[in-house]
Amino acid sequence: MNKIPNRKAICNVLLERAQTDRDIVVLCSDSRGSASMAPFFERFPDQSVEVGIAEQNLVSLSAGMAKCGKKAFCFSPASFLSTRSYEQAKVDVAYSNTNVKLVGISGGISYGELGMSHHSAQDIAAMSSIPNMRVYLPSDRFQTACLTEALLQDQKPAYIRVGRNPVENIYQEYCPFEIDQASVIPNGDVQKAVSSGKANWQALGENDVAIVACGEMTGPAVSAAALLWEKGIPSVVLDMYCVKPLDKKALIQAAGHAKLVITVEEHSPFGGLGAAVSQAVASECPKKVINLALPDTPVITGKSQAVFDYYGLNSVGIAKTAMENL
Amino acid sequence: MRELTAKSFELRQIVLDMIMQSGGGHIGGDFSVMDILVTLYFKQMNISPENRDDPDRDMFVLSKGHSVEAYYAVLAAKGFFDTEKLVREFSAFGSKFIGHPNNKLPGIEMNSGSLGHGLPVCVGMALAGRMDKRGNRVYTVMGDGELAEGSVWEGFMAAGHYRLSNLCAVIDRNRLQISGGTEEVMSHENLADRIRSFNWNVINVNGNSIEELNKAFEEARLEKQKPTCIIAGTIKGFGGGEIMENKAVWHHKVPSQEEYETIRAELNRRREAALHE
Ligand SMILES: [Mg+2]
Repeated sequence: MNKIPNRKAICNVLLERAQTDRDIVVLCSDSRGSASMAPFFERFPDQSVEVGIAEQNLVSLSAGMAKCGKKAFCFSPASFLSTRSYEQAKVDVAYSNTNVKLVGISGGISYGELGMSHHSAQDIAAMSSIPNMRVYLPSDRFQTACLTEALLQDQKPAYIRVGRNPVENIYQEYCPFEIDQASVIPNGDVQKAVSSGKANWQALGENDVAIVACGEMTGPAVSAAALLWEKGIPSVVLDMYCVKPLDKKALIQAAGHAKLVITVEEHSPFGGLGAAVSQAVASECPKKVINLALPDTPVITGKSQAVFDYYGLNSVGIAKTAMENL
Repeated sequence: MRELTAKSFELRQIVLDMIMQSGGGHIGGDFSVMDILVTLYFKQMNISPENRDDPDRDMFVLSKGHSVEAYYAVLAAKGFFDTEKLVREFSAFGSKFIGHPNNKLPGIEMNSGSLGHGLPVCVGMALAGRMDKRGNRVYTVMGDGELAEGSVWEGFMAAGHYRLSNLCAVIDRNRLQISGGTEEVMSHENLADRIRSFNWNVINVNGNSIEELNKAFEEARLEKQKPTCIIAGTIKGFGGGEIMENKAVWHHKVPSQEEYETIRAELNRRREAALHE
């Protein structure tokens, strides 16, 4: 049972890199605890900025620092970061093109019990519709670490959403990773996972179903594929952590070689992964696409796993959807 | 200072031409803010086309981005781009000289336009400058109507908290905004006290006097414990004469040909007067 949440994985990378890179700065809005960034604030007080409960200020300050050469990592709960400071993300970060990495913590329905004010079921839609804003939802802690390392290498804006709770390891120590390439997992067999650029689509052959997932839904998607395989149903899972830019090449290959596409996300049915995948598949290689997502209603409250189960956003729900639609 | 005052009226003429040529712009605020920008760019800030990528340069953000015509005119005079090209291409289809500051143009650090962003961004710049022990200064200019944006006060709060003495915010206090007087729309009673209570040094000046502004900026440099806010009392439409000054309608009015001639003549008269003072 993994105990390390993805937010902690980000902190670990930044702790490591900040030893030699004085330009890494971390900004929090009274959120260093929930961001797992307290160790960074302790270790690098001169590279840490507390702005108090002021998310708009948080993002503008980050942009100003980035303009002066800093690599700004800006942490706040996804629900606030993606909407309270939406305009700052649009103007000061994306439009002014500053090197700010907006990290939405406790994303989706991590705060399941706390109600809609604390749910971020619209952050993918909000952020991905801003020009020059990339959107990433890494799946497990290993991929999160790889993503963080990669984002330290570029100078462009990005929004990264991670959940509050630890998620089960998907990749173990071996994690195939190329920036903006989905990882391709045949029949839910993670040992065979590769970045899409290295996938041998010929050898992967024809599948009954392509399951495209991101963030915390990737784990259940992989388990669903394993369940399907036991029933003799071949599938391919795309871990589409790069929701924008969407890995269309991989998507077209996966969808083109499948009878059915299922998308799974911890997000509203509008403007998220499902919408992006449906758009691309409809125009490039028309196939039936089913979007599994949170409903367009204030989500029922409770522990996030109970909420996922309620809406069928789990391995059984995904597998069942596949079998019913094949 | 006499030459600079004369220059401020010349640059207002450029603004007038830009607005006539393009059929749009925010002339009232352009004219009120001009002396602030001229003082900053020609007397105070360490910024020029030669050092625009130097990390030690002074940083500037025009928070009241709609006064972009004045800003462009000053940057052109400073040599960042060509004045004729500016007048010709301002607001034209596909032009880089768009109706709000655009950092694809040399000399412009941040895109602005939506109000209430400049101060918080400058707080970040000032923090970064202090972190790197650069000794440079960071400036922003806001409008007074803009002060109704909550994010401005988040910026005031953080800068006061962090005692950012390398930061200087200027308020173009022309007491007008698009719908009328600022005090009727949303009052700023005891403005200086409000800002002081956020742990800021506050200086009141005549914002249409380059000499007074320059003194205030010098005084701000001496403050080592707090950020400084200069409340620059200005006249909206300053230099445009009786038909234009202190009239809310000129927030973004485009002059008729007749008004153009009148304003142009008035600017010319003031320019001459400044030179022969
Ligand atoms: Mg005003």
